[in-house]
Amino acid sequence: MKSLKKRELHSNAFLVAVSAMVLGLIAGAILMASIGSNPFTGFWYLFRGSLMNIERVGNTLATATTLMLVGLSVAFAFKTGLFNIGASGQMLVGGLCATIVAHKVFLPRPFFLAVLIGSALAGGALWGVIPGFLKAKFNVHEVVATIMMNWIAYWSVYYFVPAYLKGPSLETESASIAVSQSLRNEWLTNLFNGSYMNLGFFVAIISVILIKFILDKTTLGFSLKAVGANRFCAEYAGIKVNRNVVISMMIAGGLAGLAGLSFYTGYSRNMQIGVMPSQGFDGIAVALLGASNPLGVFFSALFFGILQSGKGFMNAMTKVPPEIADTIIAVIIYFTATSVLFKRFWDAAFRRRNKRINPQEDSVEMTPEKEGK
Amino acid sequence: MSHVIEMLNIRKEFPGIVANDDITLQVEQGEIHAILGENGAGKSTLMSILFGLYHADKGQIKVKGKEVRINDPNDANELGIGMVHQHFQLVQTFTVTENIILGKEGGFILDRRTASKKIKDLSEKYGLNIDPNMVIEDITVGMQQRVEILKMLYRNAEILIFDEPTAVLTPQEIEDLMGIMRSLVAEGKSVILITHKLNEIKAVADRCTVIRRGKLIGVVNVKETSIAKMASMMVGRPVSFKVEKKPAQVGRVILDIHDLKVMNSKKILAVKDFSFSVKAGEIVGIAGVDGNGQTELIEAITGLRAAESGSIILDGNDITNADIRKRNEIGLGHIPEDRQKRGLVMTSTVFNNVAIKEYYHSPFSKKGILEADYLREYAQKVVGQFDVRSGEGIFSFAGKLSGGNQQKLIVGREVVADPELLIAVQPTRGLDVGAIEYIHSQLIAHRDKGHAVLLVSFELDEIFNLSDRIAVMNSGELIDIVKTSETNENEVGLMMAGIKRKEGEQ
Repeated sequence: MKSLKKRELHSNAFLVAVSAMVLGLIAGAILMASIGSNPFTGFWYLFRGSLMNIERVGNTLATATTLMLVGLSVAFAFKTGLFNIGASGQMLVGGLCATIVAHKVFLPRPFFLAVLIGSALAGGALWGVIPGFLKAKFNVHEVVATIMMNWIAYWSVYYFVPAYLKGPSLETESASIAVSQSLRNEWLTNLFNGSYMNLGFFVAIISVILIKFILDKTTLGFSLKAVGANRFCAEYAGIKVNRNVVISMMIAGGLAGLAGLSFYTGYSRNMQIGVMPSQGFDGIAVALLGASNPLGVFFSALFFGILQSGKGFMNAMTKVPPEIADTIIAVIIYFTATSVLFKRFWDAAFRRRNKRINPQEDSVEMTPEKEGK
Repeated sequence: MSHVIEMLNIRKEFPGIVANDDITLQVEQGEIHAILGENGAGKSTLMSILFGLYHADKGQIKVKGKEVRINDPNDANELGIGMVHQHFQLVQTFTVTENIILGKEGGFILDRRTASKKIKDLSEKYGLNIDPNMVIEDITVGMQQRVEILKMLYRNAEILIFDEPTAVLTPQEIEDLMGIMRSLVAEGKSVILITHKLNEIKAVADRCTVIRRGKLIGVVNVKETSIAKMASMMVGRPVSFKVEKKPAQVGRVILDIHDLKVMNSKKILAVKDFSFSVKAGEIVGIAGVDGNGQTELIEAITGLRAAESGSIILDGNDITNADIRKRNEIGLGHIPEDRQKRGLVMTSTVFNNVAIKEYYHSPFSKKGILEADYLREYAQKVVGQFDVRSGEGIFSFAGKLSGGNQQKLIVGREVVADPELLIAVQPTRGLDVGAIEYIHSQLIAHRDKGHAVLLVSFELDEIFNLSDRIAVMNSGELIDIVKTSETNENEVGLMMAGIKRKEGEQ
């Protein structure tokens, strides 16, 4: 009974996500057709661009890595009833800390990696914990606080990079990190034929597993979810609501910091100034499509990674502009945001089927009426 | 008299349940017709069919003898059927007139004055006592309900359906409402009253259709039928209204409160120098009209609100400033007033809800890792012992349970934890007699195990049935605390109005 229930729940969220994806792709196809391109060719090159050879697969995975970690960050905050729109800033600070370590700290590789990852985690967590604290202590809405933190991070990077990490030529970006001081790994680079693939992917996978474990199996996850689902009941039950808000934002920030790590010291190996990383916002879409479930985030990040990474090739080979891929993503967000409709649709479909197969099934006290509320 | 509404052999199925099974309802012109049934019996479904919100799978609907098809609420309105919903559908910032004409504005130019005049006339005709120019957010709940009634009358409704109309009203407002219903039928309208409150049916209805588990049980003439008879028809077995209990075996002091002061949300003193105690083995009931500081007092004891000054001692421990978990650990159980807001996480499963206070310690979890098997076993035990019924057992979402089962779940959780002090605030509000009977017996069982019970209720019947001692609260003050056996409802009623016992005797 237990496994049955679980499967049912998951398949439901899964169906909603797939419906949104399919409708998004159809919308993309219509757009392509409306500008006079053949949608099939368009999609063919879009998917070829991200998957046609091992190098491109590596690039796609590297793109997905960052999205996965940001998505996880947003999803985790969602679970506690918080909207972390500050992943961009947390990414920047996590990335900045990691870049500093990459330039200034020299240690044997395993220790170095630990310090590198730790610094990004700490930087992001700091950027998350401040809005968390403001929310807990002064009831400042986290959306406002995290957006402000984004701009503080943006301008801090703007100042910090030219002042301390300047490259030899350009004023607008940091010096490149030596490959040996980055998340790149010779074995991985070779395996994926010189792609951007890096160790960040494994950081992301471990994070997915760890977050899933925390949410499903631990008392910490239990209290975080209780606060997210009904803070009044959590308070009544003796759970410290404010402390959980702070912890949740700290962990969410840390995850976004790791996204910064994977992006700035893995995917690229330098930091440009004056750029707010758009992945911070794409992560919201990833979390939505993944139904805030760590496994869902894993797959939706891969899907978005494919779209992001293939759009350049599509543009090169056809007349379809790369913005079509962004449009598809936007449409998918719309459809996931209205997922209630799909849920109803699939619920109704299942019910009809169940009834046909076994009309006596679940003949229990379900009260579709509003009585007693 | 002719039938103004006839619903013949109505059947409505929902997935897995037959909500209405061959139900026939015949309402006569100019009568108050009650529909009685437990929560989930199918009353609301039947009315939703009449109002066009659902469509019957089988059956016939006749209005004034003519067969009709009601596709949506607009059709129902056209046929002169109006519904006063349990949750009012009013725009808070609009005036009475604006709310009433909403959707019936007429031409392009808004003619407020004519509308206002018509509303005033209607209000006077039916004794509703409503000023059309008041803004909704400034008027009481009882008045808002009367605005809903006016809305129906303004639309020329001939048949008015009231869905659990008294759930949100004070006793005085209930009296007023009954007067209004009588004047409505006196003017030739017909009223359908959906309720599970027998007293109200007895007081106001002419006939009563009883429904149980989707089936028609019978139609009775209210005047000729006793409350006990209607109750047993509704529940399907005889119901005892008198709670059986042994004399209290009073032990040591469990809760001791001294000079407690508590502020309300508006920073006004809501509890003033409150001192009293509750001993093991007794039930102390706090009687009082809603809004006289009961909520603030309970919140201070349970830790949801800070005390301004004074002390709260629980089983020898000063908990005045302790956090909520600490209080729970010392031995506090709390059946909260608002079960949907405070008591349960609606979007979470039954087994998570059962563990929500205790998940963090052994054997519910070890070293921060939840013991899923124990959690489920424990929940199974609570659900089994307290007969909490739900579609998928402990895997159901709490929000899917009926109100009575939600409350049983909360009571189960609190009682199984075996607290020294159990606080029950309005533990049976909105429940049907069967569930009320059960919850009352559980509270008494808890007392008989040698624990203290503190009961807050706005229903004097409940206070008198359960309490060994009654503390009466008025404007945040303890008027007096009396033994139940040495007082009566009249005396307590006077004290609730703030008149002290000695003054009352003179």
